[in-house]
Amino acid sequence: MEAIAQLIAAEMTPAELKNNAAAASAGYAYGLAAIGPGIGIGYLVGKSVEAMARQPEAAGMVRTTMFLGIAFTEALALIGFVVFILLKFA
Amino acid sequence: MIALDFPEINSILVWKDLFPSFNKIALIAVLAAVISITIFLLAVRQDHKEAPKGIRNFAEVIVEFIEDGVVMQTMGKEGLAWTPFLMTMFLFIYLCNVPGIIPFFQMPATARMAVPLFLALMVWVIYNVTGIKHQGIGGYLKSTLFPPGVPKALYILVTPIEFISAIIVRPFSLAVRLFANMMAGHILLVTFALLSEALFQAKDKILIPVGILPFFMLVFLTSFEVLVAFLQAYIFAMLTAVYIGGATHPEH
Repeated sequence: MEAIAQLIAAEMTPAELKNNAAAASAGYAYGLAAIGPGIGIGYLVGKSVEAMARQPEAAGMVRTTMFLGIAFTEALALIGFVVFILLKFA
Repeated sequence: MIALDFPEINSILVWKDLFPSFNKIALIAVLAAVISITIFLLAVRQDHKEAPKGIRNFAEVIVEFIEDGVVMQTMGKEGLAWTPFLMTMFLFIYLCNVPGIIPFFQMPATARMAVPLFLALMVWVIYNVTGIKHQGIGGYLKSTLFPPGVPKALYILVTPIEFISAIIVRPFSLAVRLFANMMAGHILLVTFALLSEALFQAKDKILIPVGILPFFMLVFLTSFEVLVAFLQAYIFAMLTAVYIGGATHPEH
């Protein structure tokens, strides 16, 4: 407990405070941005596999559409990753 | 426990200039262009009446892949005229991605925002110009901003969304997707390489065998990056084909 109290008591310059806050929120930014696309891609690929198993002759078309869907869904997570880079390093 | 400092972002991304205004990224981009041009110049020198051999086989595999995997899936037969453009895009992006895992290069050129941004802007200009050429400026704006089959009252909502998605979001997401994928892979490789190095050289002898774990992760991620480099080039070419196809044939 004493160590934490010392940490709190330690004087921090505004720049250090800002850096700490940015480093902490960078983690949250990426973590939160990954939830939705994670669920989305899982659902998308699962349904595509189901479709391919039901109709193997349509597998090529389903696969193309699946990649397109993944590309669109994944973009949200990647924007979160770019926010992470901007917060952490910029 | 372990002294592990992640290097400044600039030290893993910005390279010293080889000579003024020409750094390693530019070298990789130039090499990618030169290699892809050389492959096809060598392939076209062979007599096309004989059975293809050597490098011509390789070139024909690439052409067939783009025709069957990208053009026929998205644009159909009338889109085959776009094969050379899409193949140039695919090859250039792939050869820019792959140096991320080649030793001594160790940096995908597309992990700098300038390269994907320029490619995405080029695609943006091309699909808009194609749409205007095929449908006229009024028809193109009508088919993108006022999609048919929507109740009239909903156009207040649909038109701004369609405008933002077609004009701003498409090139932005095209560029950011490529950039962020390659950047994320690069940073992951750097992280695990640094972690295993720090563990292998740790002062505590007990930590040294633990370093095998991040090293295996590094090997696994390297083989994963082979897949990502290909997939991102494929998706970029595919989305380009989808956008061009949508601009030429609004009913789809």
